[in-house]
Amino acid sequence: MAGLSAEDWTAFALTMRLAATVTVLLLLLGTPLAWWLARGRTAWRRPVSALVTLPLVLPPTVLGFYLLLLLGPHGAGGRLTTALGLGTLPFTFAGLVVASMLYSLPFVVQPLQNAFEAIGQRPFDVAASLGAGPLDRFFSVALPLAWPGFLTAAVLGFAHTVGEFGVVLMIGGNIPGQTRVLSMRIYDHVEAGEYLQAHALSLYLLAFSFAALLAMHLLRPRRLIAHD
Amino acid sequence: MIKMRALLGGLLALALTLSTHAAYASQPRHMTIAAAADLHYALDAVLATYRQTHPQDAIEVTYGSSGTLLAQIEQGAPFELFFSADSEYPKQLVAAGGASGDPVPYALGHIVIWSASVDASKLTVADLAKPSFDHIAIANPEHAPYGKRAEQALRAAGIWVAVQSRLVYGDNIAQTAQFIASGSAKVGIIAQSLALDPQMAKKGSYAIIPASLYQPLLQSFVVTKRGADNALTHNFAQYVQSAEARSVFSRYGFSLPSSAAEH
Repeated sequence: MAGLSAEDWTAFALTMRLAATVTVLLLLLGTPLAWWLARGRTAWRRPVSALVTLPLVLPPTVLGFYLLLLLGPHGAGGRLTTALGLGTLPFTFAGLVVASMLYSLPFVVQPLQNAFEAIGQRPFDVAASLGAGPLDRFFSVALPLAWPGFLTAAVLGFAHTVGEFGVVLMIGGNIPGQTRVLSMRIYDHVEAGEYLQAHALSLYLLAFSFAALLAMHLLRPRRLIAHD
Repeated sequence: MIKMRALLGGLLALALTLSTHAAYASQPRHMTIAAAADLHYALDAVLATYRQTHPQDAIEVTYGSSGTLLAQIEQGAPFELFFSADSEYPKQLVAAGGASGDPVPYALGHIVIWSASVDASKLTVADLAKPSFDHIAIANPEHAPYGKRAEQALRAAGIWVAVQSRLVYGDNIAQTAQFIASGSAKVGIIAQSLALDPQMAKKGSYAIIPASLYQPLLQSFVVTKRGADNALTHNFAQYVQSAEARSVFSRYGFSLPSSAAEH
């Protein structure tokens, strides 16, 4: 790609690494959570559902502020990570992963939950009548039927993490190769009056985001209703 | 349908009243200052003394890094007065045709080592190389003058390379101070004007960095093009150079440039 300096490249690579890590972890954690939200029977379902959706409406600064206090050396989270020998998380890549996971959680859980809910009860009853156990029903019925949901969840989780700014500004510390992600780099270019470099990076990010969303729409099956 | 029209008419009338009222209210004396983050407490204190004698004047302040504020003013941000943390950014604004008149130096700033986690009063810049300081906060040298001076001091002390992997960058000097106040960065380099604020003094301790380690931080303000015809802007610009305002600045650790005394 033309017009990018070595530092811009570092920020680009870091952003991709962060988004990929966050997406994989969120799919692993989000799947059981979404499954429980879609099919659980307890009264806890609604409060947990609201909690998962919170990052959608909270300003990233609120999330960043609480995380800074919570994960810092005087916070409960910070004391825990220090006791575990991990040090404190603000200003580290691991800290950004944790923050991004919270920030992008609804973007992964919601599509999965919708996909699981859309399957309905019937396919599971049929599978059970054919002798499939609960785990078997999940892996051979739910997963294949819900894959468009997984696709949407992965793309949205990845793209949303790439687009993160406020939380990173609050707890990142803008360290090259560690926490200086693309959005921070663009901000720095603009602040320093380097509009050409800001343009270059912004255009790539715009093109990337459009391509990711377009791919998602192209890959989704046309007639989802057929599965119901 | 008639009800709808009446509702729309009512809303329109309300909007008109509100807007003419706002225009009327903002007419007499109102201005917005863009100020470098190192002035957070000092300028607030100057404004407090100014308001005692001019209670009717409405002055608002937006704090940020000088580079950010310059970029915003160049893009038409509604600021009448620009207080930079150096003299370069005001000069740039003049060169770009965004200013009215020349930059006026109002204070000489100093940098200090500050910590809310350890006793910083005995620390020297060279001490920052110790591995126990796992995160060292400075302002972003790319657009914050205090960050630039912090980098110079670390280079002059010969530890820039050694500490580089442990540096965390605040967006402006106030955020840098907050990184240190939260304890996430054990130590850092901030403006003395922040360290001297009574609230901040309770949270931490500081050691002055010798002025020989960095380029003098002569801070200037400049009236923007937008402020050219604003009487309040010119009044306040005069006030900032008065003995009363200068005594507030010196209380916050600023030295007073001799050129400001000549005005």
